[in-house]
Amino acid sequence: MRRSMLFLPGNAPKMIINGNYLGSDAVIFDLEDAVAPDQKDAARLLVRNVLQDIEFDRVETIVRINSIDTPYWMADINAILPQKPDIIMLPKTSCAADVQTVDAYLSQEEAKLGMQNNTVLLMPLIETALGVENAFQIASASDRVTALFLGAEDLTADLRCKRTKEGREIDYARSRMVVAARAAGVEVYDTPFTDVNDDEGIVTDAAYAKSLGFTGKASISPRHIEAINTVFSPTKAEIAYAYEVLEAIALAKEQGKGAIALRGKMIDAPIVNRAKQTIAAAEALGIRKEDL
Amino acid sequence: MRDKKLVASIRDAIISAGLKDGMTISFHHHMRNGDYVLNMVMDEIAAMGFKDLTLNATALFDIHMPLIDHIKNGVVTTLMTNYMSAGLGKQICAGVMENPVQFRTHGTRPDDIIHGRTPIDIAFVAAPQSDDMGNCTGKYGKSACGSFGYAIVDAQYAKKTVVITDELVEYPMVGFTVPEVYVDYVVVVDAIGDPNGIVSGTTRITRDPVGLVMAQTAAKVVEHSGLLVDGFSFQTGAGGATLAGAKYLKDIMLAKGIKGSYVMGGITKYLVEMLQAGCFKTILDGQTFDLDSIDSLRNDPRHQEVSLYHYAGPNAPSCIVNSLDTIFAGATEVDVDFNVNVHTDSNGIIMGGSGGHSDICAGAKMAVIITPMFRNRLPMIRDRVTTITTPGKDIDVLVTQGGVAVNPKNVELKARLQAAGLPIVDIHELQAKAERMTGKPQPIRHGDKVVAEVIYRDGSIIDRIYNTL
Repeated sequence: MRRSMLFLPGNAPKMIINGNYLGSDAVIFDLEDAVAPDQKDAARLLVRNVLQDIEFDRVETIVRINSIDTPYWMADINAILPQKPDIIMLPKTSCAADVQTVDAYLSQEEAKLGMQNNTVLLMPLIETALGVENAFQIASASDRVTALFLGAEDLTADLRCKRTKEGREIDYARSRMVVAARAAGVEVYDTPFTDVNDDEGIVTDAAYAKSLGFTGKASISPRHIEAINTVFSPTKAEIAYAYEVLEAIALAKEQGKGAIALRGKMIDAPIVNRAKQTIAAAEALGIRKEDL
Repeated sequence: MRDKKLVASIRDAIISAGLKDGMTISFHHHMRNGDYVLNMVMDEIAAMGFKDLTLNATALFDIHMPLIDHIKNGVVTTLMTNYMSAGLGKQICAGVMENPVQFRTHGTRPDDIIHGRTPIDIAFVAAPQSDDMGNCTGKYGKSACGSFGYAIVDAQYAKKTVVITDELVEYPMVGFTVPEVYVDYVVVVDAIGDPNGIVSGTTRITRDPVGLVMAQTAAKVVEHSGLLVDGFSFQTGAGGATLAGAKYLKDIMLAKGIKGSYVMGGITKYLVEMLQAGCFKTILDGQTFDLDSIDSLRNDPRHQEVSLYHYAGPNAPSCIVNSLDTIFAGATEVDVDFNVNVHTDSNGIIMGGSGGHSDICAGAKMAVIITPMFRNRLPMIRDRVTTITTPGKDIDVLVTQGGVAVNPKNVELKARLQAAGLPIVDIHELQAKAERMTGKPQPIRHGDKVVAEVIYRDGSIIDRIYNTL
């Protein structure tokens, strides 16, 4: 289960070697914005070596390569792909063609390495106005796309508005992103909350993202990870209710009834589906029914 | 008729107290790395030509580097301390002293003084506030340090006690800690220390993400240990992840409505906040680390000053550490038998000392060590620690970022923590994990001269430290 994704600068060895242990579900080794142009080679080699030599058994590994309008992206893929990270994150994705360009190159290189096609998945980072408008096409551009990720910092610059803590300026983009991703059948991740010292703000912001339908949220600070994980995990009460729903439905079936009420509320298909999702999430987190 | 205790200078006090070659003098370290008193006294003693002294200090810091010259010149020939910072440690390990340094614990030192094993001839007590008869305290004054826990025993049990103060108040002072009956001479100086080195303005919790992850795990270990019930007692250190652990523990205690009994240790504002939030009934304070805590000690009767003998004297009829439920402590290294080193770095050079480490680990029902699996390129879980400070029998749980190892003697605790979903790992597995990243370091080489002896709480020498090559 991927609730939280933690950014780690690709040229910060002390942070990177502890990436497995900072509590996030995924880590994003950043070769892009966190790394200055004259550090690109060093970061690429460091991330390659780390993926090669260090055990990441508690997290998914994601590498944010440089965007396809830079001279770096192919070299990034050449260095990183043999280490089989779980996901490559493609920044500044603005249209389906961007995804297809990278997808084609990945397929070609995977074949050369004797790897199965689609071994490494893609997560487009949408952070331009054009990207937001093309979100559904981007999400559906390739089987390799596993999730969309909204990046609000670059987006608000492109929109020519101020980035605020409340985030009303990205309301449209957030909702659009969720609808596009769900329509394409992929997951969707919210932009980081950038005030690393605001321990309450992160909870509010993450809870809002969850309410819109996001799967999880990225973070630039390890300090925010626990809040994100908590917000995007089902609560014990939610899990208990989900079990009740499924038991009620099972009972209805046994009794040959088409519909049944639980605590005065009709249980219909959407409620059953939601209950199944909640239980799947709980099981993924290792929360058993007897723990409730 | 009033006695005359006030003397004009440190030299006069040394003469009046009758210092002779071969005697033992003592100092406390409440002034920490801001202390001026030890250097002032030792410079005077050296200038007066005394030789062959035993110096018994609760702790020594790098501000005390001039001591090395006094050692080289034969003024000090025996050194006893509970802690020594790295600058001094390097010199000692280079072999500047003939006799090995005697390291004790915070509990053993006063115990040995009181029971006559290491009697003190003259105690020099730096006092932030005193009157002319020597009623004195650390709670007030421009150089206030808070609790006077280390000073109390020295003042009471030394044959002669000299109080050195930079704030003389009218007799009788209000709120003294050490009463005049234990004091022979009082000297006024311009400054006993640098306030910035004595206490910090405010203590901050570590921002190191690995430290925070470990702290959170340690708090969960306590939560599920079965010990976190009303009446819970706790000690934590002021450094690194251990203090962060207290912060997470506070959240758990408040959420569960646990009303603890007492908290002790180096006291910081985070522990004061726990007292104020109702997590504990009282603070037992042996040393105070920041201004908020000094303020609390002055104003809140629930915040109590205790001597280090009361804290941890192994032969005291009873002592506070023996009533502890759990403690958080750090380590420079741990080994697969759970022995802990806080004396030397991984090159075998002295950079610390037990302080109260061995005392609290021995006393508490559950001793939790918080340390990362590796620091930079060095693995911290070893086949055998470079120096044994605290024996593995006294350690119950090791918390690292890579998982929690439970001492095999704690079968029930391990089962509890496992059931609670904590990431329990065998300590050998943690070691292997770290070594897969760092490699296995080559054994360090050292000479065959013993430069320090580590004296455990029972008086036995638990380990020896050798000179570096």
